[in-house]
Amino acid sequence: MSQILIVAEHDGRQLNPSTAKCVACAAGISGAAVTVAVLGQNIGAIAQAAAQLAGVARVWTVDDAANAQPLATVLAPQLAALARKEAFTHVFGPSTTFGKDLMPRVAALLDVPQVSDIMAVEAPKVFRRPIYAGNVIITIDVSEEPLVVGTVRTASFDTAANGGSAAVEAVSLDVVLPAYVRFVALVSAGSDRPDLQTARRVVSGGRALGSEEQFKLVYDFADSIGAAVGASRAAVDSGYAPNELQVGQTGKIIAPDLYIALGISGAIQHMTGIKDAKTIVAINKDADAPIFESADLGLVGDLFAIVPELKARLAAG
Amino acid sequence: MKRILVGIKRVVDYNVRVRPRPDGNGVATEGAKMSINPFDEIALEEALRIKERGEADEVVVASIGVADAQAQLRTALAMGADRAVLVQTDAHVQPLDAARIFLALAQREQPFIVMMGKQAIDDDANQTGQMLAALWDRPQATFASKVELSGDVARVTREVDAGLETLEIDLPAVVTVDLRLNEPRYVKLPDIMKAKKKPLETLAPADLGVTPRPRVKALRFEAPPVRQKGVVVKDVAELVEQLKQRGLV
Repeated sequence: MSQILIVAEHDGRQLNPSTAKCVACAAGISGAAVTVAVLGQNIGAIAQAAAQLAGVARVWTVDDAANAQPLATVLAPQLAALARKEAFTHVFGPSTTFGKDLMPRVAALLDVPQVSDIMAVEAPKVFRRPIYAGNVIITIDVSEEPLVVGTVRTASFDTAANGGSAAVEAVSLDVVLPAYVRFVALVSAGSDRPDLQTARRVVSGGRALGSEEQFKLVYDFADSIGAAVGASRAAVDSGYAPNELQVGQTGKIIAPDLYIALGISGAIQHMTGIKDAKTIVAINKDADAPIFESADLGLVGDLFAIVPELKARLAAG
Repeated sequence: MKRILVGIKRVVDYNVRVRPRPDGNGVATEGAKMSINPFDEIALEEALRIKERGEADEVVVASIGVADAQAQLRTALAMGADRAVLVQTDAHVQPLDAARIFLALAQREQPFIVMMGKQAIDDDANQTGQMLAALWDRPQATFASKVELSGDVARVTREVDAGLETLEIDLPAVVTVDLRLNEPRYVKLPDIMKAKKKPLETLAPADLGVTPRPRVKALRFEAPPVRQKGVVVKDVAELVEQLKQRGLV
C-alpha cells in the first residue's frame, strides 16, 4: 500500500497540467492512495480541478495569503508538515522549475532522499531516471526508505483523465513561515499561443534564424498550424527568443505529437528535451547536422525558402 | 570579511559522450576528460565578479570527491578564487550528504553567499543547493540569471517556466546559477602558475561530522532507446505528402 502526497502546481488561477502528470505517475504505483495538496490563496477552483482528476482520493487545501506566490522557502515547511500528518510513502512534485526548486527543500526538511526526474515506475520504490543529459538511464532503488521525495518528468507520463470526485478538505497548519524571501516580480512574454509544455504541435527555432527579427518566421509558421513555439539554447543565448521557450536538458522537456525543428543542429542537450516527441521533423541547411540522425522526417535546405513554401502548401490543404 | 563559498564538482567533461558500461553496472568514464561542472564554473565566475566589484573580500571554492578533484580546484584558483577546500572521499556522495558537508563548511567559513550550479551534468539531480538552504534555514534563489547585491539583501532574477522571476532575499543565502548568468573567463597561463601557490586544504567528511551513506541504490545503467533514423525528403511537396500520410496535418 502506497500513500502518495502530490503537491499541485498552479499560477493562482489554474491548475498546471503538470499536476495531472504527477497523478498519472502515482497511479502507476500499485495500490496507491493519492492525496493532492493545493497551497495558495483563494484556491477553491484549483482544488476542484484537482479533485476531478481520476485517481485522486483526496485533496487538501492550505489557503493562506503567505502562499500567494509559490516561494519554495514558504511552501517547503508546510509541505513537510503535510507529509508528516500521515504515514505517507512518497511525496511527488513535477519536474518543472516549480517542483525542482521546491522538492529538494522538502526532502531535506524531512531528512529523506529525493529521486529527480522519474520517467518510469518499476516497483513502488524502484524508478528509472535519465542521467548525463539522457545519455544513460539509471534504475534506482529506494525500497529501504519508508518515505521518499520524487520529481516527475512530466513528458514521460500521460495526463490523468478527469472523472474523479475526490473530497476537498481544508487543512490548517501550525508552521512558522520564514520571511527571508520576498517575491518582487514575474515577467512573462505571455501570448495566446498554445503552452509549450502541453502543446500537441511545437515549432522550434535555432541559431540559424540569425536574429530576433528573423525569429518571427518561427512564430508566424507556428501560428499558421496552431503550434506552440520553442527555441534551442543557442537561439535563447543569442537573444532571439525568451528563456521560457528553451527546449532541452536545462530548459523544457516536452512530448508533442509533432515537433518541427527549424535551423537546429540537434546537440544532445537539445535532443534530450524532445526524445518523447512522437514525430520529429528537421529542416536544416547542413546535411550533416546531428538532428537528421533522430528526425523522422528531414529536409535539407534553406529554411527561409522552405518555411514560407511549407506554410503555403499546408494552407492550401 | 565578506566571503563567498562556491561549490565545485568534478564531472566528466561536457563534450564527452558518456555511455553505460556493457555489464550495466555503471558508466564508462575511465580515461574520460574531467572538468569543473559548467554550471559551477558560472557560479565561480559570478563570485569573482562580485569580489572584483568590491562587494566581497574573499572567494573560497570547495569540492567533495576523490583526490584528483584537486585538479579542478586548481583550475578554480587559477580563475581567481583565493583558496580551496577539498573534502576528500572515494565514497559516492549523494545530494543530501553533499548538502550536509556544505552546511558544515558554511558554518566554518561563515560566507554571506553560497553559490553553486543549479545542477551537475553527471547525475542531473538539481538538489544540493536547495537541500543546503533547507538545512541551513536560509533563503534559496535557484536558477539565477542575474544577481544584484545591496547591503544585507540580494535581488536575484530566476529563469522559471513562466519567464523571469525576481526575488529579494536576505543574506546569507544560497544561490544556484543558470546558464545565462555570465560567460566564465578563460584561465591564463601566468594564473595557472600563481594558483599553484594558493592554499588548498584537504579535509575528510568525518572532520566535518558527516559520514556519507548512499541511500539511493543504483540497480542498473542502460543506454536510452535509440530513435530510428527517419527519411530525408527531397522537397517541400514530399514533406507535406509525408505529413499528410502520417495524419499530422
